[in-house]
Amino acid sequence: MRLPTIALTLLLFAHAPAHAGKTLDQVRQKAQLACGVSTGVIGFSAADSQGRWNGMDVDICRAIAAAVLNDPGKVKYVPLNAQQRFTALQSGEIDLLSRNTTWTLTRDASLGLHFTAVTYYDGQGFLVPKKLKITGAKQLKNAEICVQSGTTTEKNLGDWFKAQGIKVKPVVFEKFEASIKAFFSGRCQAYTTDASALAFIRSKEAPNPDDYVVLPELISKEPLGPVVRRGDDEWFAIVKWVIFALIEAEEYGITQANLEQMKSSPDPAIQRLLGGAEDSGKLLGLERDWAARAVKAVGNYGEIFQRNVGKDSPLKLPRGANALWNKGGLLYAPPVR
Amino acid sequence: MTKPPPLRDWLRRNLFSDALSSATTVALVAAALWWLPGLVDWLLLQAVFRADAGACQAASHAGACWGVVAEKYRIILFGRYPHEEQWRPLLATALLLVVIVASGRRLLPLRMMTMAWAVAMPAFFILMGGGRFGLQPVGSDQWGGFPLTLLLATLGMLLAFPLAILVALGRFSSLPLLRGLCRGYVELVRGVPLISVLFLASFLFPLLLPPGISIDVLLRVLLGIVLFAAAYLSETIRGGLLAIPAGQHDAAAALGLGRWQAMRWIILPQALRAVVPSMMNSAVSIFKDTSLVTVVSLYELTGSLSLALAGDPEWRSFHLEGYLFIALIYWIGCHAMSRFSRGFEHAAR
Repeated sequence: MRLPTIALTLLLFAHAPAHAGKTLDQVRQKAQLACGVSTGVIGFSAADSQGRWNGMDVDICRAIAAAVLNDPGKVKYVPLNAQQRFTALQSGEIDLLSRNTTWTLTRDASLGLHFTAVTYYDGQGFLVPKKLKITGAKQLKNAEICVQSGTTTEKNLGDWFKAQGIKVKPVVFEKFEASIKAFFSGRCQAYTTDASALAFIRSKEAPNPDDYVVLPELISKEPLGPVVRRGDDEWFAIVKWVIFALIEAEEYGITQANLEQMKSSPDPAIQRLLGGAEDSGKLLGLERDWAARAVKAVGNYGEIFQRNVGKDSPLKLPRGANALWNKGGLLYAPPVR
Repeated sequence: MTKPPPLRDWLRRNLFSDALSSATTVALVAAALWWLPGLVDWLLLQAVFRADAGACQAASHAGACWGVVAEKYRIILFGRYPHEEQWRPLLATALLLVVIVASGRRLLPLRMMTMAWAVAMPAFFILMGGGRFGLQPVGSDQWGGFPLTLLLATLGMLLAFPLAILVALGRFSSLPLLRGLCRGYVELVRGVPLISVLFLASFLFPLLLPPGISIDVLLRVLLGIVLFAAAYLSETIRGGLLAIPAGQHDAAAALGLGRWQAMRWIILPQALRAVVPSMMNSAVSIFKDTSLVTVVSLYELTGSLSLALAGDPEWRSFHLEGYLFIALIYWIGCHAMSRFSRGFEHAAR
């Protein structure tokens, strides 16, 4: 009696779902995508008063749920802080990490993870009072710059001005609120943090937004994108290509509104993307209309951008580097072909 | 001789007995008069009570923005629990609170009380977890807000208590191994902060398990809290045991009671009675320590507050009001506990 039990237990353990190639099966079996998000970053992932999540990172989760499960609502959002995010992914608690995470060599190569694609090109910028008539970061010679301590922001600031041979005086604060208060009360000539946050700080926290201006330069590269576990190439490909499809949809002018008309478009590229002429989904292990479902759920990349961080949002960020490659930006998706 | 009226007598004795005390009284009253109007003004008169972000921003922090509580109370109180199912945690919490208050005020005889707990605890889990009686299942990782705080504090205390008694008794054992084990456990747990115990329970523990086998995160965290609380509580109880004079042991032995009988009927009751205030101290600190579970992505009261506000552009700047709201909840909880404790002390006398 005993031995068979042990053998059975061992067998069960041996058959316990290994991670390789199983994420898609698991997601389908649970009929739910476990998506790691932030505990609250405006425009990227945040819960509203009814506990509904929205933001760019959240829309990526919804798009993937739509492509895989045919229902953008079947997402379980797991709010994670910066320390927990990678562990949660490694331990299998989440299927996908979509939480404003910068793609770096160290993270990509040493944490057992794969960065899939870039969904937002961020960078560190400066906010200055208009009356100083500063138009570029290089004019900040001998300026006092308010910055939050213990962030990569502080390090980037030191690195960049050192490389430029310009002396600045960083004024370091431990808390975000304190650094903001200090800047707006005139303690520093400039404030620095990620550009996506700067515009919002200007519009919401400044006593009078028109007295301040965000400088055009960015002094660091912060490419943000979703992350998956290593060892499941199938799942890696799905996440990657859903994002590419959203970008391609913008390129071909396919929107949430005109999706149905576009399905009868004569353009072979659109036919391929929307699953008309060819079944591109089969190669990914998905249904034929995977990309159409994603666009139907959240719109194309441009729509996602404008709704959450762009002109239709409180953040009002310009497309900038996040415009398409043929419109002066960096977004370039490999062809769905 | 006319007797001074009682009020004047009281005032003189308590507030103006000599020059120093008079000066202190005047200073305190002056400070209150100087400070109170501003506070009342901010708290009530200039405050915005409607859930209207525009009105709050127009008030620009001259008055409190209680609208933030009106707007966000569901997510502050229930965290990530699915919105349309939130009547379940409400009911579960109400049920648990009734049983806790009834126990704290000793409204029912012991046997009835035990039965009430035996009903309330499973009912709480069924209501919260669902999957039975047609209730939609809700994973324990999605439980949050006040119900989670209450559950962790209550179960943490209930489970830590017996463990603490065993450990305290173990340290008086005649077996050196058991004695050493109990001592080692207490020293080890007291030597690390709760936050690291929680981290180990939440992140290291799953990595040690074989792949595919996972223990519920709530269970792991609860285990961490119980182990932690029991170590502190056992020292409190040991203090009570040490305070019992040796004569009591001898007297019990003279009555023909065995070692365990003496412990059960003579020593332990006296020891526990002596340490009621310290035990309540531990209970209060467990109640507040539950706020640490936020670090392992369980969003109890404090965690769900930041979840509610951090990502909302309209309401983000009204953190202070949100914190005052949950501070009030914590204060009510702690105050109730100290009232219960006083009740126990009176009854024990």
